[in-house]
Amino acid sequence: MKGYRKYFGKKIFWFVLTFVAAVILNFILPRLMPADPVASITGKLAGGNADAQAVARIYEHYQEEFGTNLPMYQQFLRFCKNAIHGNFGLSFSQYPRSVSDIIGSAIGWTIALQLPAIIVGWLLGNILGALAAYIRKGFDKVLMPVSLFLSNVPAFGMAVVLLVIFGVYLKVAPISGGYAFDMIPHLSWDFIKSVISHYQLPFWSIVLVSIGGQAVGMRSMSIYELNADYVKYSRFLGIKDRKIVGYVFRNAMLPQVTGLALSIGTMIGGALVAEIIFSYPGLGSTMYAAVTAADYPLISATTLIITIMVLIVTFLLDIIYGFIDPRVKAAQVE
Amino acid sequence: MKNTLRQVFHSPKFVGGFVIFLAILLTMFIYPLFNPGNPLQQIGVGTFAKPGTYVSLYDATKAKTETFRLPEAAENRLAASLTDEDRVAMIEYFNAMEIDISDLDMDDTDALLQMWEENYDPSVRPKGMTGARVNYFKRLNNSLQDLKSGDTLIIAEEGEDGELVESKKITTTDYVNTNAVANVKTLPLGTDNFGRDVLKELVSATGTSIMIGLLAGTVATIIGLSFGLLAGYLGGFVDDFIMFITNIFTVIPGFVLLILISYSIGQEQRGAAVVATVIGLTGWTWTARSVRSQVISLRNRDHVNLSKLSGHSLLRIILTDILPYIASYVVMAFILQVSSGILAEAQLSLLGLGPRTTEVPTLGLMMNWAMLYSAHTNGSWWAYFPVILVITLISFSLNLMNTGLDQVFNPTLRD
Repeated sequence: MKGYRKYFGKKIFWFVLTFVAAVILNFILPRLMPADPVASITGKLAGGNADAQAVARIYEHYQEEFGTNLPMYQQFLRFCKNAIHGNFGLSFSQYPRSVSDIIGSAIGWTIALQLPAIIVGWLLGNILGALAAYIRKGFDKVLMPVSLFLSNVPAFGMAVVLLVIFGVYLKVAPISGGYAFDMIPHLSWDFIKSVISHYQLPFWSIVLVSIGGQAVGMRSMSIYELNADYVKYSRFLGIKDRKIVGYVFRNAMLPQVTGLALSIGTMIGGALVAEIIFSYPGLGSTMYAAVTAADYPLISATTLIITIMVLIVTFLLDIIYGFIDPRVKAAQVE
Repeated sequence: MKNTLRQVFHSPKFVGGFVIFLAILLTMFIYPLFNPGNPLQQIGVGTFAKPGTYVSLYDATKAKTETFRLPEAAENRLAASLTDEDRVAMIEYFNAMEIDISDLDMDDTDALLQMWEENYDPSVRPKGMTGARVNYFKRLNNSLQDLKSGDTLIIAEEGEDGELVESKKITTTDYVNTNAVANVKTLPLGTDNFGRDVLKELVSATGTSIMIGLLAGTVATIIGLSFGLLAGYLGGFVDDFIMFITNIFTVIPGFVLLILISYSIGQEQRGAAVVATVIGLTGWTWTARSVRSQVISLRNRDHVNLSKLSGHSLLRIILTDILPYIASYVVMAFILQVSSGILAEAQLSLLGLGPRTTEVPTLGLMMNWAMLYSAHTNGSWWAYFPVILVITLISFSLNLMNTGLDQVFNPTLRD
């Protein structure tokens, strides 16, 4: 148990450190922008208003609101204090909604879409990869080139292709939104049915893309393990094939968990862009809307939330990894 | 070296990837020779012209004609001018007249017309049909009769006194050789939403995107390699510090950093080269990680220790005793960086954070334009599908090359 405590302690330490670094980066990067964001926002809001005094008043108001007239470290403290209370200010493009309100309504969609999609894609990919390595022959010959090709289709590309085939031509699934546009989110059968039918295409586009990459990785790991000495020795001892495959699968699986932890950031990036294609009401579409409208508080908050989500998933995967691979914990004890 | 190359080119996977990539590169260089000019030039006024060969109608009427009597000409003409809408309307008429059409195929022009001929009766007004609809069917019938009788088109020009003077008669049996028409434009992939030649744009965009990938890959590999070498070889505090930074940048998604930085730079400052550099700056972490672990395994080899004892400088040890051993690894990492750089550009552009749009097309920008003008919902497949295919093929070929190299240098992975 002591080993685990040390392992988790170290992980938590890193988690906190990375979190702090992420917050700092999120604070500093937009502020390095050569143009003055407050000025551009003022210009936009003032519109055709030529009254210089009024424009100056608006400018001052927003300077106050953002605190850009304060010294940098005070701005940072204020940013942290507000962020802890979940206050990211007001959105410009969807005024008078607050940024946390917008993100609050989008985050559920993104988690409900991406988490199951990535898990299903990962599981299916690993099973197919292991099967390909074990069966070889025809299955492998067909599956591998297909997987390799699929894994190289960008997520947004897969999204567009699925949308056009199943949404536009076959008309078996709706092509945009998270639910029918004439509905108001509420708990009823009709609404749930609508959500599910809108869910299919984005879900499968993410699953299909991740299956390919995982299958390719799992196959080469499994082949590597199948050629290992312990497999030959076990065969020699006459241990049942099924049991050996179990060992092989478990050993090949471990690097795949690390792989998932390392690639989760990239995968979410791709999946967020896929959301845009379907106008799915999640964080990806929110981000797109924010970029299009130059909604600076919203962009900053969205990126922070995505970073935190990735951090949490990575952290959880690290913890799971510690449990399923005793060697990791052992390495920490030494 | 020669031996390694021979081995590499014996790997079917590497060769496969290499051939695809080379074909893309060659197209990129050769196609502009046949079709020179600015890829962003707007040649069409409308949006999304379909792929095909466009013949100038004006020039075609001026060209010398030949007479052919082709048996299927009339039928083709009818089939082409009978729109889906007309076909649906005809079915509607049959239904209104309560005629049994259970074995009628809507796409079978012959059967449909025969049925129409037999059953259309202008004097009968089907039950419940409005007057406007009855007139519509009369017009439809007239145009069908016109098409069948094959009347003559008359080209007229304005004479000196402002009257129309007949200059040419065109009959249904007149043909013109496309070589004899002064202006024929083939657009294999049609035009995009701005009326640009998609194929020309695509070739140019592929070039730019590959350049972006190469630049991003180079930046990422140089940073990753230097950090990995220093951390792995020096160890101690340098290692701890570099790994600290690397770990942070591994967990914070590169995509998020890309968005923040690209947004901060602003649209005007974002040239293709700037975007590529930013992509490189956010993507080096895993190169650094893997180079470091390779170097650590090399650090205590005899030949490195010997070099150290001989008093060789740090730079020399790294360049002559360590780099050659991880060179194959670095090449593979570089290939993957190029491929992910191209993908990153495409994703950024789709978000509206790509290179500025006025100078060069990139694959991501083309995709972004196609989506903005809803090419995917209005059936203009040529505006987005070739782009997706090219991105996929580039990244497929690079990954195939990488897998091939991996199998050559890691014998345990060979099938």
